[in-house]
Amino acid sequence: MKKLVSFLAIALAATSMSLFADGHGHGEKLKLKIAVDVPYEPFEFKAPDGSLTGFEIDLGNAVCAEIMAECEWVIQSWDGIIPGLLARKYDLIFSSMSITEERAKKVLFSDGYYITPSAWFGKADMNVDVTSKDALKGKKIGVQRGTIQDTYVTENFGSVADVKRYTTADDLVLDLTGGRTDLVFLDFPVGESTVIKKVEGYAAIGEQIQLGEAAGAAFRQRDTELAEKFNKALKKLKENGTYDAIMKKYFAYSIKV
Amino acid sequence: MDAFLSLFANNEIFTPSTLLHYWDGLVTTVHLVFLSLLLGLFIALPLGILQNSKSWWINKPIWLFVYIFRGTPLLVQLYLIYYGTAQITGIQETIFWAVLSEAFYPCLIAFVLNTAAYTTEIIRGSIETTPKGEIEAAKAYGMNYWQSLRRVILPNALRRALPAYSNEVIFMLHASAISSVVTIVDLTGAARDIYAKYYAPFDAFLFVAAIYLCLTFSLIFMFNKIEHKIMAHTKPIRHS
Repeated sequence: MKKLVSFLAIALAATSMSLFADGHGHGEKLKLKIAVDVPYEPFEFKAPDGSLTGFEIDLGNAVCAEIMAECEWVIQSWDGIIPGLLARKYDLIFSSMSITEERAKKVLFSDGYYITPSAWFGKADMNVDVTSKDALKGKKIGVQRGTIQDTYVTENFGSVADVKRYTTADDLVLDLTGGRTDLVFLDFPVGESTVIKKVEGYAAIGEQIQLGEAAGAAFRQRDTELAEKFNKALKKLKENGTYDAIMKKYFAYSIKV
Repeated sequence: MDAFLSLFANNEIFTPSTLLHYWDGLVTTVHLVFLSLLLGLFIALPLGILQNSKSWWINKPIWLFVYIFRGTPLLVQLYLIYYGTAQITGIQETIFWAVLSEAFYPCLIAFVLNTAAYTTEIIRGSIETTPKGEIEAAKAYGMNYWQSLRRVILPNALRRALPAYSNEVIFMLHASAISSVVTIVDLTGAARDIYAKYYAPFDAFLFVAAIYLCLTFSLIFMFNKIEHKIMAHTKPIRHS
C-alpha cells in the first residue's frame, strides 16, 4: 500500500512538472486551434500514412509560421463547425467556408483566400438539364449538409427532387458511385478529385455555377485582432509567392483571389 | 419550463416550415421504430422458444445470431448494411438492390435484426425461468410439450418478459436516432438540418429532446397499463 501511494505521488509530481515545463517553455508563443472538416479533397484530406494534408492544411501552416503561432488542427464535421467555434472548441475555421451574409451574422470572416465554382456530378452518359426543375423532378440529389451547395439545391429544387443530406463529403461520393443517388452537387475541385479522378464513368454534368463569394477563415466576432493578424500574413503569402507554390502543388488552374 | 417556452419567443427558427420538417421527422421515426419492433418481435418469438431446444444445431445458430447482434454496436451494423452492401460489385444489378437502394430499408433491416437479437434473449430468459411446478402441473394434466408451451409456459413467460421488453422498446426508440447518419430525415435528422441551417444547437436539439421525452413517456404509460392488466391475477384481491 505504502509503495503504491509513493508511486502515485511520484507519478503525479512528474506529470504536474511536465505540464508546468510545457506551459513555461512555450508561454510566449501564440497557440491556435484550427477546425477543419476532413475529408474534402484536395483542400484537406488524409495521406495514406494518416497525416493531414491538402491545400488548406499547407496554406494554414504557412500562415501559422508567418504569425509565429503554434497551430493544432482539429477535425470537426461540417454541420457543427460554426457552433463549435462559438463554443470556443477552437479559435478559427479554415475549411473552405464560403463567405455568406447568413454566416457573417455569426462569425467574423478573414479576407477571401480562394474561389472555386460548384458543379453537378453524375454518370458521364447521363443526359439531364441540371438547370431545369422538370428535368430534376424525382431525382435523388446528394449534398453535404449545411454547405452553400445544400442551400442552392434546397432553394431551387427542394420542392421537386429528393434531396439527401450527408454529414461528410466521402459518404456523399460513396452513395453516388454506389448508385443510391443520381447526382451530387459539390464544390468543383472536390468533385474533380473525389468523383472524376477516382471513379470511372463519372463526369461533371452541365455548366459550373459560381455560388457565393470566396472562401474565408472564420473567427469569433470579438477576435478582430487575430483576424487582422491573419489577413496581414495571408496578404504577404499571396505576394511573396508562397501561396502560388502551394496552389501549384494541388491545382492545375488558378483559384487565387 | 420558462426557459423552454422562451425558445419559441425567438421565432426566427420555429417557423411553420421548420415545424413541418420536425413533423415529417416524427412520422419517419414512429414509422421506422414501429415496423422494426413489430418485425423484430415476429422473428424473436420463435427464436426465443427454439433457443431453449436441447439440440445444439438448433440453439447454437440462434446463440450465434444473438451473440453477434448484441455484441456489436448498432451503428456499426447500420454502416455494414448500408455502406457495406453497396460496395459489393454487381449488387446494383441484382434484385436485392430494389431494397438496398433506398436508405429506409437497410436501416430497417439493421434495426429489425438488432431488436430481434435482444428480444430473443429476453424471451429465452423468461421461458427458462418458468417455475418447475408449473411445468410439472401441466405434465400431470397430460399435456404434451407443445400443449404446455402454448397453454402454460408461454403465457406466463411473456407476462414476465413485459417489463424487460418495454425497456427494449424505449431503447429502440432512442437508438433510432442513428438513422440520421444514413440520410434518413427522422427526428434527429430534422434537428440536424435545423442545427446546420441556423447554427443553433440548443434550440434544435432541446426541441427534439422534448419530443423524444413525450414519446418515451407515452410508451411507459402504455406499458404500465398493459402490465397492470395482464398481471392483475398476481395482485392481492381487493375486498370491497
